[in-house]
Amino acid sequence: MTTKINIESAGKVFADGKRDIVALQDINLTIGSNEFVTFVGASGCGKSTLLRSIGGLETLTSGSIKVDGVAINGPGVGRAMVFQHYSLYPWLTVIGNIKFSRLLQVNREGITSSDVEAASGRADALLDLMGLTHVRDAYPNQLSGGMQQRVAIARALLPRPQILLMDEPFGALDAQTREVMHDMILHVSKLEKTTIVFVTHDVEEAIYLGQRVVVMAPRPGRIDSIYPVYLPAQRDQDMKLSPEFLQQKKEILTRIRETAGMRTDLELLEKMTRQAAATT
Amino acid sequence: MPANNYSLPLHRKIFESWCAFWVIRGYLSRYAYLMFALAGMLLPLAAWWWLAGSGMMDKVFMPGPVDVLARTYNWFTRDHLFNDIWISTYRVVVGFALSAVLAIPLGLLIGTYRPVQALLEPLTDFIRYMPAVAFIPLVMLWVGIDESSKIAIIFIGTFFQMVLMVAEDVRRVPITQIEAAQTMGAARGEIVSLVIFQSAKPALLDTLRITMGWAWTYLVVAELVAANSGLGYSILKAQRFMQTDKIFAGIILIGLIGLAIDQLFRMLHRKSFPWLYKK
Repeated sequence: MTTKINIESAGKVFADGKRDIVALQDINLTIGSNEFVTFVGASGCGKSTLLRSIGGLETLTSGSIKVDGVAINGPGVGRAMVFQHYSLYPWLTVIGNIKFSRLLQVNREGITSSDVEAASGRADALLDLMGLTHVRDAYPNQLSGGMQQRVAIARALLPRPQILLMDEPFGALDAQTREVMHDMILHVSKLEKTTIVFVTHDVEEAIYLGQRVVVMAPRPGRIDSIYPVYLPAQRDQDMKLSPEFLQQKKEILTRIRETAGMRTDLELLEKMTRQAAATT
Repeated sequence: MPANNYSLPLHRKIFESWCAFWVIRGYLSRYAYLMFALAGMLLPLAAWWWLAGSGMMDKVFMPGPVDVLARTYNWFTRDHLFNDIWISTYRVVVGFALSAVLAIPLGLLIGTYRPVQALLEPLTDFIRYMPAVAFIPLVMLWVGIDESSKIAIIFIGTFFQMVLMVAEDVRRVPITQIEAAQTMGAARGEIVSLVIFQSAKPALLDTLRITMGWAWTYLVVAELVAANSGLGYSILKAQRFMQTDKIFAGIILIGLIGLAIDQLFRMLHRKSFPWLYKK
């Protein structure tokens, strides 16, 4: 597997007036081409900040992120991003949203009419892949949350990005819809050969989708541990019930709790109760 | 309460429909809505009619609806009503359009670029609190008493508020919409024109609708002080001659024109932004 993304001692400090907050500290990670890597961690561990840094939406205060050996500098066409919500353009129809990137100068330079035709074909193919053909001319607010995320993914995929960055994309969806979306995104990863970096708070989702699960720890935000997933490449929902899966889920959950400074949910609850009592 | 009330006696049916009206944020049929709206308009009218006819107040101070209608007709046939309506509408529209043409780009810049915000927002906020009416003497000295002075007062009254409201509309564009465009490789200008402006458009039209109401307020102020034509001027003149019915007529006319323009804006909103009205 060739290297796609190379994160070298990446650091990010937010200056917060009084004191600095270390969002990312000395992150080193290599992500291979067409790899599916998932990030989990307690809140404040910097997983979203790291993802946004790869996307070029945040600038590092130290270190670098390289894609194909070239240090990134701001957002770029090859790195598409899918957000949790509110990223679709409500004034455009489904097809209008998917084709949005065609309006942009970067995609209009030096193109021929056959390119335009190919792009139209591509949009139709994505509509089909995402099961959106029947809502082609609908507006986003007429669609369910799951459908809206399909549109967002199709829109991100249109210019054939080599990297797809996903920031808790299914976090707002119900459990059934999420399962469907999981199999869909695995299919996309295989079909499009896209490298996918996926941030989630759901450990089960992280294992089911990822070839590696990266656990991050808070204060300062850092990589704590990396768990290779030994499930077969072709995943199916039944695997979630296998002893290996459950064992790994338990391991990772325990590790996340430890990094957050508590071993069990009960301990967390006690801590919160103490805090609440102290403030009243 | 049963799910349907077909089997109930009539008085129970009426009682239960009545109760259904008072569900918090409940459903109201189009027909019932229309009835309530009509009642809301007609009840005050009836109360006015009754009060004027009861003899409790002197007719000089409280003319009835019939007197006001008669006066409006009289104004129309003998006193150039349409001229007054036309000149007032002209002043409002020009002053308002001038405000909008400058406020929208400026507000767009303030809401988009932080340095522009720092440069202009505190200043605008400060000027906004200066009463526009207090500028009238200055405007008369600087611009004179012709049409431009009325337009200038409407401009002063609406522009600064409008800039701040436009900036706020622009700031309310979800950051993820902007970031999505950035990750698709949009240039800065493209983000402003293809995302921020498009996304803020419905809110902008609402802002224009609201500030249009203020423009009418300042029109009357301007005409009360420095004019010899227009609805506001006619109201002032009617006061000198104790024509309360004409004062009533002028006020109601302005209200009606305002209502008509408001409805026009709402219609434009529905026509221009179909996605907001589809479910």
